[in-house]
Amino acid sequence: MNMATVEIDGIVKRFGTVEALRGVSLSVSRGELFGLIGPDGAGKSTLLRVLATLLPADGGKARVEGMDVEKEYRQIRPRVGYMPARFSLYPDLTVEENLQLFATVFHATVEENYALVREIYEHLLPFKKRRAAALSGGMKQKLALCCALIHAPSVLFLDEPTTGVDPVSREEFWRVLGALKRRGITILVSTPYMDEARLCDRVALVRAGRFLDTGTPTEIVERHGRMIWAARGHDMPALLADLRAHPFVESCFAFGDWHHATPSPGASLARLREAMEALGHREVEIRETPPCIEDCFIRFASCQA
Amino acid sequence: MKRPPSPAARLFRAFTLKEFRHIFRDKRTLLVLLGMPVVQIVLFGFAITTEAREARVVLLSPSPGAAERRVTDRLLSSDYFELSAVASSPSAVERALRRGEADVALVFEPAFDERLARDGKARVQLVVDATNPGLAAQFSGHASAIIAAAAVELAGGAPPPLAAETRLLHNPGMKAAYNFVPGVAGFILMLVCAMMTSVSIVREKENGTMDMLLVSPARPWMIIAAKLVPYFTLSCVNLATILLLSVGVLGVPVAGSPGGVVAVSLLFILVSLSIGIFVSTVARDQVVAMLVSGMVLMMPVVLLSGLIFPVENMPPLLEWLSRLIPARWYIAAMKKIMIEGAPLHLVTGEILALAATGAALLLLGLKKFNDRVT
Repeated sequence: MNMATVEIDGIVKRFGTVEALRGVSLSVSRGELFGLIGPDGAGKSTLLRVLATLLPADGGKARVEGMDVEKEYRQIRPRVGYMPARFSLYPDLTVEENLQLFATVFHATVEENYALVREIYEHLLPFKKRRAAALSGGMKQKLALCCALIHAPSVLFLDEPTTGVDPVSREEFWRVLGALKRRGITILVSTPYMDEARLCDRVALVRAGRFLDTGTPTEIVERHGRMIWAARGHDMPALLADLRAHPFVESCFAFGDWHHATPSPGASLARLREAMEALGHREVEIRETPPCIEDCFIRFASCQA
Repeated sequence: MKRPPSPAARLFRAFTLKEFRHIFRDKRTLLVLLGMPVVQIVLFGFAITTEAREARVVLLSPSPGAAERRVTDRLLSSDYFELSAVASSPSAVERALRRGEADVALVFEPAFDERLARDGKARVQLVVDATNPGLAAQFSGHASAIIAAAAVELAGGAPPPLAAETRLLHNPGMKAAYNFVPGVAGFILMLVCAMMTSVSIVREKENGTMDMLLVSPARPWMIIAAKLVPYFTLSCVNLATILLLSVGVLGVPVAGSPGGVVAVSLLFILVSLSIGIFVSTVARDQVVAMLVSGMVLMMPVVLLSGLIFPVENMPPLLEWLSRLIPARWYIAAMKKIMIEGAPLHLVTGEILALAATGAALLLLGLKKFNDRVT
């Protein structure tokens, strides 16, 4: 049987009176790309810091590679690569010096593990003499990933690696994560971007220190089980208010160019459109779409609240 | 055959190199750190001087005569006094003193010469502006000595039956530099070691780089030790600057053993470094580290260590407080060895006090410096 690489059982973490983690449990298998999806302040970073052995938990158990994060944290550290949400390399050292330093810190050399970072580091080669402070956001994240990888860890904890990074770099970053996963590295990545959930093998929806749901993106969407009505019109804010007020609509949220409404049982799409047009909305367009992760998240969150 | 360095040795070298890079790439801070001893020595040596300058004398002489003239000439021919005005009345003397046009008034009684010839006795009054007590004491001391000498001369050269002969030991010129060189050394070493070390450790906490180091197999003591090497080096450069400048430019000799001076200074540097580590474990960000080392550490060093106010003159409570300040012991030891030429065994007390403080702070700092964020 494949032993879980990361096992979390009822982890609790408090900061003063604030409960950042209220007993979360999870199991991640070897070579899995697992996403922690949730808004800022949900507790994603705290969980990753507990797993990276930086922060002792107040309750519960967690094991990384079969070792307890509390008792065996020293044995865990060489096996783990951690990338904090904030850029945490030395701004006054060059790209090359940062990479060298973090290799040495983990008793490794850049040469022996270069294959692991080559694909990412090649983008940085033209700037290797540049100080890290002078890199662009995307480049900084790539360098940080290289530094977290250079000691060939078997588990990666990446805290919001794509936050504040342009869409092209984001896509590239996820492609790299896919490649690392194929090398057998277990990756636990947090992100506030719901659309990134579909790039993970499994995800946990995190909110207010709890997991709302855990599963593959498809499972989560299926569990949600109800089609969404996507609507748009000439006056989006007014349309949102009118949709929310209509008895056919259980809940409605702005979702990019569309409003996503969860219809109540027995509602009719055609009659909702007529009702909206009767209220003076022009160019009204309503269509049925399968729910996506964000719909699920909002639904779960509103059910909890 | 050369053995490859152990992983720990490699790591220590990498960390130390990184620290040197941090320092050398921050050119402005480096300039301040290396330039400060020069500026301070020059400032204290030439601008801020507590030595008596020439006192301006206002003279009141109601009935000038030969004897009076001899006293006046003697006073004004010395290096310490110069005539600024001759007053016509006691009120004019008072005005000159109040306006700050004179520091000292020399007031002869009416018919000075006549009384001296008739009674063999006459009176002269010395009025000193004591706004600056240190200066006033020096002026009145010099003036009294000169007048006493003039009196002996007027009396026909017969020396008085009892006269104390003063000899100024260790610092015959009464140069302020003798006093402030150990003080400046203490101040600067403390600043570079304590403040810069604490700020540099706290900066890593603030930047999140400390997290990166903590999740690594690197042990905390090694991270710390590597931080100390560059600041230790920098402090040694500063110490050399201070000693060379004070000997070469200010002419303060090293009376005792140079080895002793260096040994005590190195000990003090180590103590200051452990203060820096300790502060870094208490402070959450760089501003707090600066404030703690600036206000909580530097102010007492300046005020209580004897750099400005002599420890001997302090009220008992403050004197007792000053015992807690390592710089006080360092400055005292430096004065003894460097200025008084005392052998090393006479400063055992100071050395023990320094070593004890350093060891205690280092232990406390390392204990608090955890490899887990709590």
